[in-house]
Amino acid sequence: MFRLEARPQASKTWIVLTPILAVVATMFAGGLLFAALGKDPVASIQLIFWDPLFGEFAAMDRVDILKKAGPLILIALGLSIGFRAGIWNIGAEGQYIMGAICGAAVGLAFYPMEATFIFPLMVIAGALGGWAWAMIPAFLKNRFGTNEILVSLMLVYVAEHFLSQMSLGLLKNPEGRGFPGSRNLQQYASASNPELFPGTGMHWGVIAALVAVIAAYILMNRHLTGFQVRVTGESPRAAAFAGIIPRRIVVFCLGTSGALAGLAGLFEVSGPAGQISIDFNQGYGFTAIIVAFLGRLNPFGILLAGLLMGLTYIGGNLAEQAAGLPAAAIQAFQGMLLFFLLAFDLLSNYRIRRVRRRVVPQVTEPTASQETA
Amino acid sequence: MTALLTLDGLTKAYPGVIANDSVSFEIGEGEIHALLGENGAGKSTLVKMIYGLVRPDAGHMTFRGKPFHPGEPRAARAAGVAMVFQHFSLFEAMSVAENISLGMENPPSRRQLAARIREVSNAYKLPLDPDRIIGDLSVGERQRVEIIRCLLQNPKLLIMDEPTSVLTPQEVDVLFETLNKLSSEGTAILYISHKLEEIRTLCHHATILRHGKVVDNCDPTQQTARRLAEMMVGSALHIPAKKNLHPGEVLLEVDHLSARSRTPFGTSLKDISLKVRSGEVMGIGGVAGNGQDELLSALSGEILVKREMIRVLNVDTGDLRPNERRELGLLTAPEERLGHAAAPNMSLTENAMLTAHQRQKLTTGGFLRWNAARGFARAIVKQFDVRTPGIANAARSLSGGNLQKFVIGREILQNPRVLVVNQPTWGVDAAAASAIRQALMNLAEAGAAVVVISQDLDELLEMSDRLAILNEGRLSVPAEAADLTIEAIGLMMGGMEAADVPA
Repeated sequence: MFRLEARPQASKTWIVLTPILAVVATMFAGGLLFAALGKDPVASIQLIFWDPLFGEFAAMDRVDILKKAGPLILIALGLSIGFRAGIWNIGAEGQYIMGAICGAAVGLAFYPMEATFIFPLMVIAGALGGWAWAMIPAFLKNRFGTNEILVSLMLVYVAEHFLSQMSLGLLKNPEGRGFPGSRNLQQYASASNPELFPGTGMHWGVIAALVAVIAAYILMNRHLTGFQVRVTGESPRAAAFAGIIPRRIVVFCLGTSGALAGLAGLFEVSGPAGQISIDFNQGYGFTAIIVAFLGRLNPFGILLAGLLMGLTYIGGNLAEQAAGLPAAAIQAFQGMLLFFLLAFDLLSNYRIRRVRRRVVPQVTEPTASQETA
Repeated sequence: MTALLTLDGLTKAYPGVIANDSVSFEIGEGEIHALLGENGAGKSTLVKMIYGLVRPDAGHMTFRGKPFHPGEPRAARAAGVAMVFQHFSLFEAMSVAENISLGMENPPSRRQLAARIREVSNAYKLPLDPDRIIGDLSVGERQRVEIIRCLLQNPKLLIMDEPTSVLTPQEVDVLFETLNKLSSEGTAILYISHKLEEIRTLCHHATILRHGKVVDNCDPTQQTARRLAEMMVGSALHIPAKKNLHPGEVLLEVDHLSARSRTPFGTSLKDISLKVRSGEVMGIGGVAGNGQDELLSALSGEILVKREMIRVLNVDTGDLRPNERRELGLLTAPEERLGHAAAPNMSLTENAMLTAHQRQKLTTGGFLRWNAARGFARAIVKQFDVRTPGIANAARSLSGGNLQKFVIGREILQNPRVLVVNQPTWGVDAAAASAIRQALMNLAEAGAAVVVISQDLDELLEMSDRLAILNEGRLSVPAEAADLTIEAIGLMMGGMEAADVPA
């Protein structure tokens, strides 16, 4: 018989080990899933994890991984700050969309003028768009005590409808022969976010993600604001005792995650995606939640987790094309990763002990929990 | 006296600690037997083994001449062992009779049960109406429900775990009368407490546990309280000495403070006024739940009140936030160490940063100076003898007493002008408690104003220059502690003013 025993404090070793263990378990369970679908499990796993990095067309795939990882890391960093405070922004997808729309709208407003100030202005507008969208759940939470999980999630659907409205209406390309979608920003030099070094996948969004990793690390570990965020998450009463004002933390966390998601949207619409269209959003805002947890809410962990998640995206595409695995199986595969991570997480706070089985099972009364000193 | 219960070599080990190491003693019929020991001495584990909640690893028990190895509390109850826990398990929304009936194996009809409850409550002078709702009862009355629940089983042995910690002195007297009557009828009582004076008046015999072993036993009526404490601690006890000081200027002034409680079952503060001077320790007594938490929150700034209701060093502070008050020199230490005074999963260094970053200048331009924080945490650990492997350990890994020393030390080392503490030695072992009291008194001697909110009257009488009682959110007029007796304080707890108490 085994029994779980609470550790006096979280094990540092296991905090690092659990994500690795989760990846291994996902490979194993994913292999079983693929086998059940009639595919060769080893070949499928190799297709997802190995070929994009070291396979025949790896040079191209690596660029794609970076392009996928950039927005994921940027969004996940913002979310992780809120998650550390116990503020659950589930609506990054909506903030991502609104950031893209606002940023693109500013750029398109200047079309066809060419000027260097246009792109920086778009960046600001993108961040503000995401920030403003996140301020709705923040305001409602502070003013009326609503649940930010529900409000931010619902606003994703509002944002999606707003996105289709924009691609069919206000932002529609006047020269697009009636097709939905805006002008392509890649063809508008002042508003585009091109690869900075051709063939590397490095665009401003990837740079921003790397800068954000370092900034987030400094914020959470070296700055009073980050400390207050952590205390709020650890123990709200201790936070109040320490003079931390919860409403400000709510505004700060939702605002930061909204702004970063908005930035990610802007860099995507002006770069890899190129235009505002009905199907512009790809679910980065939701996948980033997995990335944030896979990275243990730690900025450098998120960097690695974002790259890993980018890898499963590209590898998943490969497996879809080369091995004919259904897209849903790839999504289930990504879901498993979060599932195993949360399950193995138990090991950082508990240890498993073997207990000798007794002849008579021990019966405990509810009063046992009310033990005294 | 014939032995009712014999314990022989009872041993129980938990990972990393031996809770009971070959414990042997016996309890005679009708004997009131005290089990005495510091926190963590193994008292709880021992009684849980007798009550069938925990199974011993080794050793055996004999009860009424037969081998006794209860596998579960039901078996212990069937054999004639009953237990009143420190924390009650009662449903607030149900009546006394309903609650008692829920705990019975074969409850009789409601009317029969009500009649039985009346009968027992009259016989033992524990007045209790079976139809009243638990939520309307005082803590003392709720304890009566638990006692009557036990008495209905006609126990041969009644175990009581810290029964008086929630009672006023008058309620304690009533309880002792009941226990003495039970004893005279042949029911043995195993009485767990660390209130030494009570044990001296009530108990016939005392067994003293230290680190899980029986280290001594005695007839407590023949010992001084001090001697009992020394047996418990295992060394000579240092009792803080109070020096007579001439109090200086008023540092803290509370002026007609009223505040609504933020929790539905809390107590609102009503028209509280007091002045505390430099060099003075002001004691605030009262039974738990009479507004202690709310008073501390109003002073710490967690509850904001009207600007002029609180003055610190002649500055109106009622509407200032906690950190602005710290800036002025008003520091506080709440009752709940884990989760209020300290964040459980954070390290001691981080917990030092929590309340000290302003006064100890642990930040520059918003950036944290972790080295300075580590230095401060180390200073607390060193000066207040906090037992921990290191300051990187999480607050929750410390024992209650050690964390309490850390919390009190953190505030004292910031040189407060006014320090307000709630239950500073609650659940803390005797040696640590006396160290904490001494530190608080030294702080007052050095010129600070200290307010001690506590339910431990001995502690208040030992430390305070003046004493007031919180009752239903109202504060009595403070009286000179030297002039007060325990009886007078008891009456004040019931709502009488010191001036009205007959001398």
